[in-house]
Amino acid sequence: MNEAIQLILFLGLLAVLSPLLGKFMAKVFMGEKHMMKPVLGWLEKLVYRLSGIKSVEEMNWKTYLYAVLLFNLFGFVFLFVLQMLQSYLPLNTEKLPNVSWHLSFNTAMSFTTNTNWQSYSGENTLSYLVQMLGLTVQNFVSAATGIAVVLALIRGLTRKTTDALGNFWTDMTRGVLYVLLPLSILLTIALVSQGAVQTFSHYVKATTLQGPEQVIPLGPAASQIAIKQLGTNGGGFFNANSAHPFENPTPFSNFLELFSIIIISAGLVFTFGHYMKSKRQARAIFITMFALFALGLAISLWAEYGHNNMLNVSGSMEGKEARFGVMNSVLWSVTTTVTSNGSVNAMHDSLSPISGMIAMFNLMLGEIIFGGVGSGLYGIIIFIILTVFIAGLMVGRTPEYLGKKIEAFEMKMTILAVLAPAIVIKIFSAIACSVPAGLSSLNNAGPHGLSEILYAFSSAAGNNGSAFGGLNANTVFYNLMIGFGMLIGRFGIIVPVMAIAGSMAEKKITPVSSGTFRTDNWLFVMLLIGVILIVGGLTFFPALALGPIVEHFLMNLGIGF
Amino acid sequence: MKTQTVIALKFLLVMTILCGIVYPLLMTGVAQLSFPSKANGSLIKKDGKIIGSELIGQKFDSTIYFWSRPSAIGYNPIPSGASNYGPTSDTLRKLVEARRQLFAKMNSIENVLSIPKEMIFTSGSGLDPHISPEAALMQVGRISLARHFDKNQQEKLLEKVKEMTEAPQFLFLGEQRINVLLLNFALDKM
Repeated sequence: MNEAIQLILFLGLLAVLSPLLGKFMAKVFMGEKHMMKPVLGWLEKLVYRLSGIKSVEEMNWKTYLYAVLLFNLFGFVFLFVLQMLQSYLPLNTEKLPNVSWHLSFNTAMSFTTNTNWQSYSGENTLSYLVQMLGLTVQNFVSAATGIAVVLALIRGLTRKTTDALGNFWTDMTRGVLYVLLPLSILLTIALVSQGAVQTFSHYVKATTLQGPEQVIPLGPAASQIAIKQLGTNGGGFFNANSAHPFENPTPFSNFLELFSIIIISAGLVFTFGHYMKSKRQARAIFITMFALFALGLAISLWAEYGHNNMLNVSGSMEGKEARFGVMNSVLWSVTTTVTSNGSVNAMHDSLSPISGMIAMFNLMLGEIIFGGVGSGLYGIIIFIILTVFIAGLMVGRTPEYLGKKIEAFEMKMTILAVLAPAIVIKIFSAIACSVPAGLSSLNNAGPHGLSEILYAFSSAAGNNGSAFGGLNANTVFYNLMIGFGMLIGRFGIIVPVMAIAGSMAEKKITPVSSGTFRTDNWLFVMLLIGVILIVGGLTFFPALALGPIVEHFLMNLGIGF
Repeated sequence: MKTQTVIALKFLLVMTILCGIVYPLLMTGVAQLSFPSKANGSLIKKDGKIIGSELIGQKFDSTIYFWSRPSAIGYNPIPSGASNYGPTSDTLRKLVEARRQLFAKMNSIENVLSIPKEMIFTSGSGLDPHISPEAALMQVGRISLARHFDKNQQEKLLEKVKEMTEAPQFLFLGEQRINVLLLNFALDKM
């Protein structure tokens, strides 16, 4: 009963609050009056002045993309160097050594691409300084980068015969100041009130009741956890991520964090609606995402509550926390994988085969069911273009979206963006399966071992960051492979998306007529869901059949490895 | 293009100061002022000495204490972590079977399938501070015997378990649970 109430409350709040946040964000990014302007307007001007930004000067797609890439490159280099020098820098209370070059590379790539894959374990690898100056900052700006890119694409789709796509720096500044920062401040305070730690003290030594000593790690965790959830980042302050009692102390903190994971991505769909001046178009996208989310959730709940003949138990608690129970663990696993968040409150490696598969399949679809902040929306717009194109082929009509003709160039870019992550998942996994360096990291044998590898590269390519954590990923091989996987998964999509934005902006808008193929009705929602599932299904079904699906049947027969 | 390079560097610096220094410092200030105990780890002291954190589970496997959940890291928090055994792991099957047998034997339970699930599976963090009230109640008999409690004291212990059971938050969020460290702390005082 309680399970049902929590589920309905979560889904209900999502449906009610995302249009409101979407409207607010539309005002922010269109430069209109909004409630945060009187509070933080001075700071916006200050950031422009200090950085030398001319906020009204608009950019064409090449300049915009150049700014995106350059800013991310600098962020990467800074974070990489910061980790490699941490032992010489202040705020290293536990005297941690410098991070190895390959782990620094992986973590820097992980945080600049908004993946936040954890090869590191926070409490014994990274100093407070690196967590703040490095990880927290990238949590903010990588999320804002996603929002900026989708804003450029939205402008490209809704403006006509222009090359102006907005100003990257202005979009970044507004995203951080008016959206991410205020929400993070509220969430931080709420989390601390539940017991999340926020301090600069040394780790504490305790003498336990039974005798042995226990070292209790501390740190400025709550402030980082807040943005880690809101920015769909997901990299934990501690190794156990949001299963750790200091990151996620109570069921209420769990609910707040869970909701924070999805709300901005969902809100941005409605922001798009305001730019299009069409609530119906936005609603069609939202319903598509919501339906795919609910479908995955239903299957995952069914599988996780099902019986495991191997262990003779229904609803296993392996890798789950007692305060959350099975339902909250499954809800989190689906929410964190449809969005590209990747934080976990239960270990995905220990989920039932089909629940683990749903999580993995969400990653493989390319993080477009709500997805990462910004990246989820530009991801699904790519699929919308693909759907419109396929529908156009079927009826023999020139495909159009929002009155813009879709031509050869856009289709090439679209296919590039669809293929980039798929190539990473399949080819990188195949390499890892065929070399000793790939296989020696496995924690589980049999089909579950394949799932561990497959999940790792799906997570990298989708910029998700969650893991089948048994895989020992802190090796030269995996740090490099996953690092490059994240790079391709992020910029292999951003570059074609920006090219589409540029080419769409220059086109005319054909007025709506009776011959227009509509993209705001139920028929289109069904088509879009079909295309997403067929593309995802055809690409990945063979691999999934060898991993989680065969494991499910073996589990039913009671066969283990 | 050159202007963009300069802006990129300056903007990164400004964001690093704002999000990497000002924001965490401000939050630490607010947290320390409004929730000092929680912000510093909800530490529990006894005679001036820190005995642990309310939120971080400890290893309890002695007959005179309520047991905590099994942990993949033995409740050593540096670093936290889980077993990550998959659902068809033979190792996990053997561990679960052994834990069932041990818990049943120590607490004189006839049906091993009635043992609450959290007592046979390790948690996600390895530091789970809670068990279910059912799991606590099953251990009362064993503890009373080990501590030579009389009928009256055993009744009181049962009462204590019921008293310290936390309902789901706001009555519907999360699970019913009991904090093992706090319970054992109270037990020592009885």
